[in-house]
Amino acid sequence: MSDRVGIRYMRIVDRRIDPQGRGAVNRERFIRRFKGEIKRAADEEFSKRSITDVGRGGRITIPGRGLAEPHLTHDDDTGGREFVVPGNREFLPGDKLPRPDDAGAGEGDGDEAGEGEGRDSFAFVLSREEFLALFFDDLELPNLERTRFGEVTMERVQRAGYTRDGLPLSLLPALTVRMSIARRIALRGSIDDQIEELEREREEAGADRRAQIDEDIARLRVRRETLPFLEDVDRRYRARVPRPAPAARAVMLCLMDVSGSMDERKKDLAKRFFVLLYLFLERKYGGVDVVFIRHTEQAEEVDEQRFFNDPQTGGTLVRPALELANRVIDTRYGGPDWNVYVAQASDGDCTSEDGRLSAAFVNDVMLPKVRYFAYVDIPSSSGWFNRPSDLWQSYDAIEDSGFARRSVRGRSDIWPVFRELFSRKQAA
Amino acid sequence: MSDALEPTRERERERPWPKLLARPSVPMPRPGVPRAAEPIARGSEWTLSTLEKFDVALLRHAQRLGLDTFPTQYELITADQMIDLCSTVGMPVHYAHWSFGKQLLSQERGYRKGLSGLAYEIVINTDPSLAYLMETNTLALQVLVMAHAGYGHNAFFKSNYLFRQFTQPDAILDYLKFARGFVQECEERYGWPEVEKILDSCHALAAYGVDRYRRPSRLSPRRERERLRERLRFAEQHYKPDFAHLDAPAPSGEEIPAIFEPQENLLYFIEKSAPKLAAWQRELVRIVRKVAQYFYPQRLTKVANEGAATFWHYTLLHELYDAGEVDDGFMLEWLANHSDVVAQPAFDSRGFRGINPYALGFAIYRDIRRVCEQPTDEDRQCFPQLAGTPWNEAIYFAMANFKDDSLIEQYLSPKVIRDLRLFLLHDGEDDRRHYHVQAIHNEDGYVKLRQALAAQYRLEYHTPSIVVARAGDDNERALLLQHRVERGRLLETDTTEAVLKFVKELWKFDVVLEEIDPEGNRLKIHRT
Repeated sequence: MSDRVGIRYMRIVDRRIDPQGRGAVNRERFIRRFKGEIKRAADEEFSKRSITDVGRGGRITIPGRGLAEPHLTHDDDTGGREFVVPGNREFLPGDKLPRPDDAGAGEGDGDEAGEGEGRDSFAFVLSREEFLALFFDDLELPNLERTRFGEVTMERVQRAGYTRDGLPLSLLPALTVRMSIARRIALRGSIDDQIEELEREREEAGADRRAQIDEDIARLRVRRETLPFLEDVDRRYRARVPRPAPAARAVMLCLMDVSGSMDERKKDLAKRFFVLLYLFLERKYGGVDVVFIRHTEQAEEVDEQRFFNDPQTGGTLVRPALELANRVIDTRYGGPDWNVYVAQASDGDCTSEDGRLSAAFVNDVMLPKVRYFAYVDIPSSSGWFNRPSDLWQSYDAIEDSGFARRSVRGRSDIWPVFRELFSRKQAA
Repeated sequence: MSDALEPTRERERERPWPKLLARPSVPMPRPGVPRAAEPIARGSEWTLSTLEKFDVALLRHAQRLGLDTFPTQYELITADQMIDLCSTVGMPVHYAHWSFGKQLLSQERGYRKGLSGLAYEIVINTDPSLAYLMETNTLALQVLVMAHAGYGHNAFFKSNYLFRQFTQPDAILDYLKFARGFVQECEERYGWPEVEKILDSCHALAAYGVDRYRRPSRLSPRRERERLRERLRFAEQHYKPDFAHLDAPAPSGEEIPAIFEPQENLLYFIEKSAPKLAAWQRELVRIVRKVAQYFYPQRLTKVANEGAATFWHYTLLHELYDAGEVDDGFMLEWLANHSDVVAQPAFDSRGFRGINPYALGFAIYRDIRRVCEQPTDEDRQCFPQLAGTPWNEAIYFAMANFKDDSLIEQYLSPKVIRDLRLFLLHDGEDDRRHYHVQAIHNEDGYVKLRQALAAQYRLEYHTPSIVVARAGDDNERALLLQHRVERGRLLETDTTEAVLKFVKELWKFDVVLEEIDPEGNRLKIHRT
């Protein structure tokens, strides 16, 4: 026993620094397995949330039916059994005490009592990431030309083994030295062969020939010892070849009307829509650029913070915003490398002239450049008859598969409209 | 041994103990008496070096008392890591499955909302034994966990006959690593829904995947891997669709033997004889079976194992105190946790969740020590072999040679029965609205209670005994299972049907379960 003291080693290992989330695999499996149920619960949960909470994780409750892992158990309503329980205060042999209705839950083994909670519902907490992943699961940027090769391609450099020449930057020192060693071994071997042959010849040769051979051998020996350490043929470089690759770079332009006619309710709805859009893009396409443009009678490009939070009022002109968007596309996102998306939200108040011009501008100038133009109309709720808004009417003129519009009247519309606009479609 | 303990007997003090509480059998040192040493550390903060000092002190006391343990490796982890660990039944590696994810999510939620604390300790029966210390524990708790897991459980694993016989502590982690890799590979090859189907089915039958009486063959991940690779390679290389039926293994012995021996290891039987499972599916069955086999002794020794660990942390920490290596604050802190752990709520209180294995086990072991040290006349009558013998010898014997039911049957003393105020209830067909009290803690009741409680911890009490009675004659290929009904206790219909569906998933043909009473009468039939 005492010899164990001798072999004590450092027995406390700090594992806190180990990568976290070993359980993530199982977590993911659980979510995958009960995706349908969880999604339904998440959608419900989502509709209850306020805008600031949308992106947060949250508690989800799903029905516990499918979750049970059944094991064979006795039916406690059959047969007879005895069991021992603690805490007797007043009973004597022969006494009776009422049997609880759910017999079995109250006695016996502790584990089984615990299992019961899963029966009717199962509650757990989803992280922000998991929450969003579920929301945006079957949504996709429409018409993203990722798959149509040939048309929108760009070159991407790819690694392809090694080459003998290249930039010093991509030299592979280890491999180069390895090649050099190999070369020297090979050369030494052939020199050794020559020396051996000469030595054999020397045995039989005459005196003058022998001197000649000695000289040769000496020369070869020197050469053998002075083989260059590194020659050009040893060098190896990383080979990089350009490959055509489909462009999946995308930019989303968000246009929002913040004029006086957009009251708080409408702005709130528009913002909700854009927050959703923003979360969706951020999650689904890490590399998507987002441009925020808000407009009254002038348009300006702002950052995310000001787009969502900075109050402003004024009249309404739609066209300048479209023109600004167009300028942004031309200067920064032109060319075939980019998939361009535009989402516009407005209450649809505009002069008929402005509306006409805007529609024409969208149709003639913008649509050829963009993959998808989504317009979200937020009509006044005060009107007591449902007249389509001015801009909506103007946009009637546009007929293009890359254009879509929906009307949002209340909070509950946002999510369905969003889904409709961005639901995954079969590539046309 | 007895020299060290002799003087403490004089130090016992008379205290007005509350009526229901037993007087502590481990003598308390008198306050104010100069201590042998300075405390190793004060306060609740800890560092790695203080923990190591405590470990050295614990080891010294444990060795003085003759406790034999595997070396322990303590791993310091965060609360999140603890949740992860708990979700995979405490194993640091395990194959991936959604049920572990379910565990994880529910535990995490409970913990975040403060509904439940985390396990203080997890210890794994490996060599060296792995014990986990959570970083949020205070010093006193860390030392408590070290004594409980690193010495108590560890010694139990090393000495108990079931663990010695049924588990290979040095091989389990490697085997689980192999299992994880294999499951992953299967998922890649055959798709996760297929793999999950098999694993779900096996999990439902895990309790019937163990050899109860035979020592299982040694786990060796390397050998498993080779065997498997060979099997799969052969199948792939030699697969010719036209001749596939010729390659199928010929029915062993050409014909089914006239007498089919009933088999208790359902998963083993399925692995070997299910007619339509692919090689990789059999392998998955095997993995679940092997893991279940590893945990089998733990299922049998809940009370014995937890009781021993609790007894040892209690004893070792008191040794530390008697040596002056910890101060009063330290003692008060861990004693508070200790008393939570060994609390036994009465049957009619809200917190009642059955008999607490910690409480029962601790009471039994502590009573063994009491009987050895301070036997009463009653004890001399009940335990003549214990009274007056060295207590640690008696404890080691109890740890090494018993499982739950036999431990209770051997050692449950009248005093423990009285302290826990155990009583025996009968629930019979004659009166479904009442439980009948059959025995209480009196002279007539002790033996009855002891036997009934022991029976309650027998495996058959909770896990109905099922055997494979007949399988696959040529015409029907139906699998016939039998439930040996005891005292008229039938199987629950709903769960049985659900489980049979899982069996069918593996067997692929009809499965029938009959319930047979001891006279051989068929009481009920479940079919898929």
